[in-house]
Amino acid sequence: MSSYDPLLLLDAYRRMRAIREFEERMRREVQAGTVPGFVHLYCGQEAIAVGACLNLNDTDYIGSTHRGHGHCIAKGCDIGGMLLEIYTKADGLCKGKGGSMHIADLRKGMLGANAIVGGAPPIAVGAALTQKTLGTDGVALAFIGDGASNQGTVAESLNFSAVLKLPMIFMFENNGYAEFTGARYHLGGADIANRAAAFGMPAEKVDGTDFFAVYEAVGRAVERARKGGGPGAVEATAMRWYGHFEGDMQKYRESKEVERLRQTADPLVKFEQRVTVEFGIEAEELREVDEEIRELIEEKVAVAKSAPKPSNEALYTDVYGSY
Amino acid sequence: MAIKSYREAISEVLINEMRRDPRVIILGEDVVGGLGGSAGEGEAAGGTFGVTVGLAAEFGRHRVIDTPITESAIVGAANGAALTGLRPVAEVMFMDFIGVCLDQVLNQMAKFRYMFGGKCSVPVTIRTLMGAGYGAGPQHSQSLYAMLTAIPGIKVAVPSSPADVKGLLTTAIRGEDPVIFCEHKMLYGETGEVPDGEYLIPFGEANITRRGNHVTIVAFSRMVLLANKVADKLAKEGISVEVIDPRTTSPLDRDSILESVEKTGRLVVVDEADPYCGMASEIAGLAACEALDALKAPVQKITPPHTPVPATAHLEQLWIPSVERIEQAVRATMAGNRVARAG
Repeated sequence: MSSYDPLLLLDAYRRMRAIREFEERMRREVQAGTVPGFVHLYCGQEAIAVGACLNLNDTDYIGSTHRGHGHCIAKGCDIGGMLLEIYTKADGLCKGKGGSMHIADLRKGMLGANAIVGGAPPIAVGAALTQKTLGTDGVALAFIGDGASNQGTVAESLNFSAVLKLPMIFMFENNGYAEFTGARYHLGGADIANRAAAFGMPAEKVDGTDFFAVYEAVGRAVERARKGGGPGAVEATAMRWYGHFEGDMQKYRESKEVERLRQTADPLVKFEQRVTVEFGIEAEELREVDEEIRELIEEKVAVAKSAPKPSNEALYTDVYGSY
Repeated sequence: MAIKSYREAISEVLINEMRRDPRVIILGEDVVGGLGGSAGEGEAAGGTFGVTVGLAAEFGRHRVIDTPITESAIVGAANGAALTGLRPVAEVMFMDFIGVCLDQVLNQMAKFRYMFGGKCSVPVTIRTLMGAGYGAGPQHSQSLYAMLTAIPGIKVAVPSSPADVKGLLTTAIRGEDPVIFCEHKMLYGETGEVPDGEYLIPFGEANITRRGNHVTIVAFSRMVLLANKVADKLAKEGISVEVIDPRTTSPLDRDSILESVEKTGRLVVVDEADPYCGMASEIAGLAACEALDALKAPVQKITPPHTPVPATAHLEQLWIPSVERIEQAVRATMAGNRVARAG
């Protein structure tokens, strides 16, 4: 049994619970018609974002995806600022001009959710290049879905990082589906980690609903990268609970699939079972976190809904530094 | 002032800026060259056209970075490096290859500042080689700056002289916005006076290369040289031609163009790029929208035909706007006529 600081475990639980509560609330809000644009929810994959990001500092960078809310929360982005952004309000993290698919917070090392599938990995590689060029011990990590793993940019990023021995971690999130198409169909070779390994980097496969498995595998890759050992990859499998986007009818999924996932593969339940049994954390402590998070999200959603929109002048600002 | 070639001016800027600012890095294919070859790890190329010769020796391989042939990763890495504190100069060997990495240009670098609410800078310079005349054929000869000009969030420079290369490339590297720096391959050997020391040219300021009163020619990149020739020839006949080189297409110095058209009342636009949705159309449209009353004759657009660039030498020469066509257009506009378009 590995040893874990209870504070780290509570932090992990708090972040995973925040993601779950945030996303479930967003789901209800989308159904109520209050949220603009496309929203892609992260429920079921919480252990991946949190397991990965708890190995990182604010001076480490992540590149994210269209399904980025979980990554933002795990990396420490302000939840109120995120909600303001999703509601496209003036005080959002991106002043309301990015929305759900573009939340970024460079101060937290969050290089942006990215609405182009496969868009972020080369950018994260650039952040790793900065770390290496400046001689820091920082790293960069790209979250990459199973769908994105089929994009040429990912192969380019793997090779580029391997050739230049960059402190780069490829965090593959296999959630079973690329939009409406199952990984069983779309993944040639059926194994993403093997693709990364083919570029000469260590690559592990883990259960993405198991926080500990993700945390430890990414931890090994991060530690190696910080010491100049070059890039690494982890493929974590965790099926998403909801559609590609909210509103997706999911006719491609067998009706009981999600119910089964909730019962057998809930990362928060699995986490709670282990920490209460093995690490002496009381369920009561976790319920307090639940309540705290529930109140926080409730408050921040209300604030976001009533916050002012960007002014008309904002249409024209921040296109260039100078023009 | 010293006489330098266009190519030497590029090298001079890269060296100056790398000496000046340790955050400036260069990355691209074969910018060092020869790594991994059977001859050992020495520099073999310094770029396909030798622009980066000797840079790795002076600045080290951590700042002069040879990449695989991987344009999306090159531009993507430049984007990520710029977001996190470096000032990368990425080389896309031929402009045609922008097609391979367009997402990183169109959806990433151009959008970061806006979609992140202004909370970042994107100091990326992409140097890329464009232009017909080398017999390089359809995939190594295009001048795609108009396409890039239509993307808000990036700037586009099209220098026509060694001095402009120095002034504009320096400005690009020191700026806070992404710049596509379009170098014309047929200008690499052209020489001209280049100011010594610090020399920056602001973007969006046209250069008037010939002063005149009768006809305005707006020309881009290599076409400026052709327009100058026409102006010099016709001056001997008493036809006074003003040649405007906008130098950057984004931002575009609309005021200088309009002022000149208001003065001359006649406009010829010369653009080595497709006739549809290009800078020639843009400037003709500008004159139609904002200076129609001043126009004494129809605007003449001199462009290649709407075809790919052929490799065959005589067809390529037919494709490229010629001095003769420009001269004919100037004479036609003096007579108030319209000339038949090419293609």
